[in-house]
Amino acid sequence: MRSRWHILVVDDEEAMTESLAAWLREDGYTVDTASSGREAVEKARSREYAIYFVDLKMPGGLDGIETMMEIRKLQKEASVIIITAYATVDTAIAAMKEGAQEYVVKPCHPQEISLLVERIIRVKNLQRENAILRRKLTRQYSFHDLVSKSPRMAEIFELVREVASQRSTVLVQGESGTGKELVARAIHFSGDRGERPFVAVSCAALAETLLESELFGHEKGSFTGAVAQKKGKFELADGGTLFLDEIGDISPKLQVDLLRVLQERRFFRVGGTTEIAVDVRVIAATHRDLAADVREGRFRDDLFYRLNVINVHLPPLRERIEDVPLLAQEFVDRLAHELGREVSGISEEALRLLMDHDWPGNVRELENAVERALVTCKSGVLAASDFAFLSRAAGAPGGGASLPAGLTLQEMEKDYIAATLARLQGNVKAAAEALGIDRSTLYEKIKRYEIPR
Amino acid sequence: MLAVAPVGPAPGAALSAMETALGAAFGLPVRRVAAIDEPLAAFSSPRGQWSSVAFLEALLARVPPGASRLLGVTERDLFVPVLSFVYGQAQLAGRVAVVSLARLRPEFHGLPAAPPVLARRAAAEAVHEVGHTFGLVHCPDRRCPMSLSIDLPDLDGKTATPCAACRVLLEGSREMRTIRTRTEGDRP
Repeated sequence: MRSRWHILVVDDEEAMTESLAAWLREDGYTVDTASSGREAVEKARSREYAIYFVDLKMPGGLDGIETMMEIRKLQKEASVIIITAYATVDTAIAAMKEGAQEYVVKPCHPQEISLLVERIIRVKNLQRENAILRRKLTRQYSFHDLVSKSPRMAEIFELVREVASQRSTVLVQGESGTGKELVARAIHFSGDRGERPFVAVSCAALAETLLESELFGHEKGSFTGAVAQKKGKFELADGGTLFLDEIGDISPKLQVDLLRVLQERRFFRVGGTTEIAVDVRVIAATHRDLAADVREGRFRDDLFYRLNVINVHLPPLRERIEDVPLLAQEFVDRLAHELGREVSGISEEALRLLMDHDWPGNVRELENAVERALVTCKSGVLAASDFAFLSRAAGAPGGGASLPAGLTLQEMEKDYIAATLARLQGNVKAAAEALGIDRSTLYEKIKRYEIPR
Repeated sequence: MLAVAPVGPAPGAALSAMETALGAAFGLPVRRVAAIDEPLAAFSSPRGQWSSVAFLEALLARVPPGASRLLGVTERDLFVPVLSFVYGQAQLAGRVAVVSLARLRPEFHGLPAAPPVLARRAAAEAVHEVGHTFGLVHCPDRRCPMSLSIDLPDLDGKTATPCAACRVLLEGSREMRTIRTRTEGDRP
């Protein structure tokens, strides 16, 4: 189908643009025309054309070569054919030096135009085929929305497949933004509970009493505001999976309640007297070092062992940097479509920049960065300049994690220490060195600010 | 109905071959109409050729009542501004088309005159240009008259019968369905 290829013909002489456009339309291409360099650049801004036919001599504004250079700024790989009535070696050399793919003298032999276009389109078709194959390859590296070619992630995919149909509790650990919920979903949907409900609860988002009611439900009148009976997430997830995110943040009382449900598979609604039995698989997740919380008495060891039957530890993105190009392309493919942007890829320079970044916010941060770049991008390919905000953020306090305004100095110090520890995987010696203080001083601050490690 | 009009003088044998080919290819009645005067403004003295766009404009003003298409046939060598010559030109999905016999003649290329060769080439070109007026674009099948011909070997490799794919596209086009319905409705 040639009609999917768009060609732009740029010439100040209408007779020229129209005759070339008509010729190309008979060949089945979709052709737009522009009567000046400026108009051509505007059109190139809103659409990526497979080929640009540009007249060399156009009065006023941009001439052919300047037009080509402006188009190239928007679309680095644009195929530009310069047309001119004046055949001089100098102009031909100048056009080719500036990156014109071809140079034709009008009036040209019909064969010349047709063969030229056919040759360029053949290459474009191969490039498109290549992109499709690359996408297929990406799918080969993906598992239920998790994309990776890292050997560590391949082991995790394998583990997920193995445990998917078991009932055992799973504890997913990893920094924020590493994809803990995606792993939980992958376990649920690839197992024999896949047809049953998957219910997710963020334990950090709710106060203790609300969380209790959220998890176990309540009877009418059990507390002020309980105007009707309400089923909890455990009941809603019956037969399926309950995903408890940020499990490390639940209160000691809820830790006891949860332990009881996990042991007995039964519970009471808040204010209820009838015991309810459920068949729920629990997958819990946390960004905290739960074993350390157990050692320090912040988390019950019996609950930890109940939850940690199968442990999945997700590596941070900086430890699987080989996945950055794959993930970034995946986000471009998905988000460009969602945002209605005609962007197909990422330049090599931009990829190098992305691979050099530390990604403290992990895959989520990469996704947000690609989205932000897509919104501001002015061409068909994301360039390094579209990610300029990353280098600015990297120079900010917190190694990329910008701090909200309105913090006290103490709060900033606490956040900065916590961010440094998270970045260095809780290594106090390395964090003390990075912060330029003694290890004992850092321990004292960690204790004072109650910073989890 | 498809109308065929000589624009200036044109040989009867070639015109007849074109009309037969058009009737067979499009399944519509074909009628030769009175010759049309050459649009003198179409001549470009720097190029020594005639503008095919000016021919199309002249033809548009002369589409006979009842004709869905008008094909003009000329002995003049035609050009469009960006190309050195064209064998013919059509309004894509429009009403008029023109075919030039000049370069279809063997004698244009220094070979002896051969009326059957001219008739065969003219028939294929007529179907090609009228095919464009029905919205057909160039076909990759080199034997199909809708394939692009930019030299004599291309031209001599094609037949005047559209390939199966082009026939399907043609019969599926809204324009052809409308014409067929109207033609069937006219029958007694």
